[in-house]
Amino acid sequence: MLEAHDLAARRGSLLLFEGISVQVPPGTALVVSGRNGSGKTTLLRILAGVTRPAAGRVTWHGRDVARHDPSVRADICFAGHVPALKDELTATENLHALATLAGERTGPLALRRALADVGLDARRHLPARALSQGQRRRIALARMSIGRQRLWLLDEPATALDADGLALLGSLVARHLAGGGTLVAATHQRLDLPADRVQTLTLS
Amino acid sequence: MSVTERPGPVLAPPPGARGLADGATSDRAPDASTAPPGVLAALRWGLVRDLRIAVRSRAELGVQILFYVIVVSLFPLATSPERNLLQTLGPGVLWVAALLASLLSLPRLFASDFADGTLEQMALSPFALPALVGGKVLAHWLATGLPLVLLAPLLGLQYALDAEVLGIVAFSLLVGTPILSLVGAIGAALTLATRGGGSLLALLVLPLYVPVLIFGAGSADALRGGLSAAPNLSLLAAGLLVAIVGAPLAAAAAVRIALD
Repeated sequence: MLEAHDLAARRGSLLLFEGISVQVPPGTALVVSGRNGSGKTTLLRILAGVTRPAAGRVTWHGRDVARHDPSVRADICFAGHVPALKDELTATENLHALATLAGERTGPLALRRALADVGLDARRHLPARALSQGQRRRIALARMSIGRQRLWLLDEPATALDADGLALLGSLVARHLAGGGTLVAATHQRLDLPADRVQTLTLS
Repeated sequence: MSVTERPGPVLAPPPGARGLADGATSDRAPDASTAPPGVLAALRWGLVRDLRIAVRSRAELGVQILFYVIVVSLFPLATSPERNLLQTLGPGVLWVAALLASLLSLPRLFASDFADGTLEQMALSPFALPALVGGKVLAHWLATGLPLVLLAPLLGLQYALDAEVLGIVAFSLLVGTPILSLVGAIGAALTLATRGGGSLLALLVLPLYVPVLIFGAGSADALRGGLSAAPNLSLLAAGLLVAIVGAPLAAAAAVRIALD
């Protein structure tokens, strides 16, 4: 269970939001929407424990995410608006580096399967610089699918994805939720999620 | 500023999810009994990845090494070719050039990882951030510091230095350049979020390099003056040990501040 108590955030002297309390139980999703600059990304970064909130606290199964607790860290997959790829490395190497960093042990076969699942099998040896934005996003999807983290924090996950990619994202998320995973997504696009498992939060 | 929430802040888990969640793994609390991933694995992650990137972007490394060669070669041209003067200048010039070359490569240490989100992933990883940073610094030294050490004896020939002095200069660089990478990493991390970080980095880091320069260049001077180089080298080695322990911790703390 992801719980946030009375969160507030400011950027400089500007108060982005305050008094946000949410509980996201296992198997459900929270969709954060709001116009540009309303603090969606900041909220997500606070939930991930990268940014410190001006007030309030966030816990994952009762443990504070702002502490650098390895067991909490191993459970959280944060996909920011940039997919953390290195231009010099191939798709496979990038995926391997990210999966290892998340504490996963992945063999070459698992990497290849994950890349094939997102439609990058033919491009797996290409350096990331040769990939399009959508293909780079697909590597981020492969990373989500390969990991075993139970809390996904996705910042604009639908950006740059084509119809196929969106369907892929939808099926990954559905599988994640069905397996008891938790999802928080910040987006201004509509995500295709099972309605009974979604709560929305609109920042203004 | 207000926040509207709908349908409400708390949502009961749907029946399907609950059924799945109860017996299975998903409702358990994070498992505290699993040992945190090892420091060595974290070091290896940073080392392997950054070395691979360094090898793929050889051109940038070449620029830095060429810079070192050119700076060292400028001094005999600008001063007189008198043997005694060159022998006096030599060790100091090799050290100053190493300092400048190290400064040239420092901004790259974290900047691209900061821009592409890797640094965020590192901070959120179950690995200890100081160990990940340590691996990156080690890779940075192997790619940018070690070539300077290996080139120094060759470049020192322009200064008519004899073999013994050349050996000491190279050895002092071997002990000293890792300190430059380690201390420089703190500066690079501190200046991540600032505009014009490169020049600020130089201002921040160069004063910290001064002791390294004094003991490093001083070791060869001592030898030429007929004394032992050991005291200087010992102090340099002590500095290296302190930097190995302290710098990754400080750089990791600075990285967290930059990400906040």
